[in-house]
Amino acid sequence: MDNQTVTRADLAEAVYEQVGLSRNESTDLVEAILDEISNTLVKGENVKLSSFGSFSIREKGERIGRNPKTGVEVPIKPRKVIVFRASHVLKDRVNSKSVAAPAENTSFGGFSDDEL
Amino acid sequence: MTKSELIQRLAEQSPHLYLRDVEKIVETVFEEITAALSRGDRVELRGFGAFSVKHRDARTGRNPRTGESVQVEAKSLPFFKTGKALRESLNEKKSDDYAAQSDSAGSDDGGSSYF
Repeated sequence: MDNQTVTRADLAEAVYEQVGLSRNESTDLVEAILDEISNTLVKGENVKLSSFGSFSIREKGERIGRNPKTGVEVPIKPRKVIVFRASHVLKDRVNSKSVAAPAENTSFGGFSDDEL
Repeated sequence: MTKSELIQRLAEQSPHLYLRDVEKIVETVFEEITAALSRGDRVELRGFGAFSVKHRDARTGRNPRTGESVQVEAKSLPFFKTGKALRESLNEKKSDDYAAQSDSAGSDDGGSSYF
């Protein structure tokens, strides 16, 4: 089975269908959620979303890297990275392929090529 | 920031929406991402990042305390890779106003996103 890619448009579509806002506003709200999370992280604050996961900032110290092609040593400056820790709920959902999610009841009939 | 604070902040930005609608929007978005990952799909949000699922094969692990062998089952793990734009905005401050950090420290607690 080929895996698919879900994008902003799909999230906006879900909001449109389930909340009943206009398509434009659904798109804006999806964007606003992502912006709010991004801005919070850029300010250095962690983001904890219960039953989904948490995003936190980790400060990486300076280290010496190496260009794998040329072998030249380059210093890698100290930088911040985002670490995502999935919640148990999310980990369990990702592992329980046989248990259908509450929101999607039909999609697990084994190999669901008929879905399209 | 917690989920309820996120909902609160979004509600302030969209005063024409009911709080319960904002709540439902936030729940829907994360439910949609969760459902996609549980199907094994990837969720790609340009500029923000991408969620994907990584598979780990079954292996024989070892209890580090007792040295006992334990069978670890194959499993799937959710994984997030930060997008380029977010990664860059996370680090741009540090590089070009590292010196100015001390004077911004006092003033950035009333951040613009509250308005």
